[in-house]
Amino acid sequence: MLRKLADTVLPFLTFVAMTAAIFMVFVQVPTDKVQGIVQRIFYFHVPLAMMTFAAFGLVAIASGFFLWRGSRFWDRLAPSSAEVGMLFCTLVLITGPIWARPIWGTWWTWDARLTTTLILWLIYAAYLMLRTMSGTGDQGARYAAVLGIVGAIDIPIINRSVYWWRTIHPAVLITREGGSGLNDPSMRLTFEICMLAFLLLFGWLLWVCNESGRLRDAAEDLRQQVIEHEPQR
Amino acid sequence: MWALLRKDLQIEFRTKETLASLLMLGLLTLVILSFAFDPTSELRDEAAPGALWVAVIFAGVLGLNRSFLAERENDCLQGLLLCPVDRGTVYLSKSPGNCLFMMVAQLIIVPIFVFFFNLPATAALGGVFLALLLGVLGFAAVGTLFAAISVRTRAREVMLPLLLLPLVVPIFIGGVKVTARVLAGKPLAEVAQWLNLMGGFDFIFLVVGWLVFEYAVEE
Repeated sequence: MLRKLADTVLPFLTFVAMTAAIFMVFVQVPTDKVQGIVQRIFYFHVPLAMMTFAAFGLVAIASGFFLWRGSRFWDRLAPSSAEVGMLFCTLVLITGPIWARPIWGTWWTWDARLTTTLILWLIYAAYLMLRTMSGTGDQGARYAAVLGIVGAIDIPIINRSVYWWRTIHPAVLITREGGSGLNDPSMRLTFEICMLAFLLLFGWLLWVCNESGRLRDAAEDLRQQVIEHEPQR
Repeated sequence: MWALLRKDLQIEFRTKETLASLLMLGLLTLVILSFAFDPTSELRDEAAPGALWVAVIFAGVLGLNRSFLAERENDCLQGLLLCPVDRGTVYLSKSPGNCLFMMVAQLIIVPIFVFFFNLPATAALGGVFLALLLGVLGFAAVGTLFAAISVRTRAREVMLPLLLLPLVVPIFIGGVKVTARVLAGKPLAEVAQWLNLMGGFDFIFLVVGWLVFEYAVEE
């Protein structure tokens, strides 16, 4: 019941919210006075970044619960969340430079936030590789969970260190994303709709990944059963 | 715990395999990096601390790989796990052991580094060694945990650096900063925040490693 509901309602809601978000961003919202047309990418960039952090936070939580409880549910949730988080993180790293090029005059600067995001991407890329390379079953899940937890503990320390690193080495420009602020009420509304749209997209993708993981597990179980029954035939 | 540590030290003392490979790798990295910079340019002095730490990290990754590979070769890992001690204790004997090997290698690599990069051999080197000790301890703390994991995966030689390098970024940045400052003749107090950060990193990951190590070695 719940499964059917999620299968139909979630994509529908995501579709509606995303359409509204695209409409708001491209048609409705006024162009930023200082930054011009390129500022519109901000409405996608920031929600994506927030969902990335949510996704990687969820990986850590699910990993912790998996090591504690050992249930398949948490074990499936962690890599699904990591996969979606990876997608969003990649998009953040693509949309960011597109904005930075005209505004800062450079694709990339070793700013604290940029560096942290990049290292985050590297850690979770390693997480997914570890997951696929350590074989199926409990062992791989446990290894990945260890990395999920260690990575999450490490992120604040990394952030601190790159922040100090940058402040001692002055960066090209002082950064303040969306520096002009969202003064116009329709800008704020657009931003909120985009947040909602990406939250729904995150939820839906997570659901799809999780379901495919569940089906994969079920198929694996069936295969095991078939193998067990084989000799008796 | 002491018995396990002594076992590793004894093996190393008899074979000197890890130490020799750590030394040679560190040395080679330094030489290769020296070619990367024009020997007359000023850039070279600026790059010196970075070169030292790259050598430390690369040699360290290979040394850590060895530390569990050797156990695996003769199925010693099984025996190690059958020991009537907590898995965390195995971790607490392995990581200081790895740290010790790397530090002993540093005792020889640092003078060579000073020699190659034409640095003044002053008391400042004490500060460099303090940074190295803190850095290598943190590196071994995270590295031992992931070395235990990566020996069981496919493509294990590649897996360890992939897992380890992003995680030890704070150690690397901190180490390079402290080394650069100290070599420039600044007092240690000026880099206190970095030393604190590295010390905190070491402590946190020794505790985390001790807690989760059992999941990393369980069959």
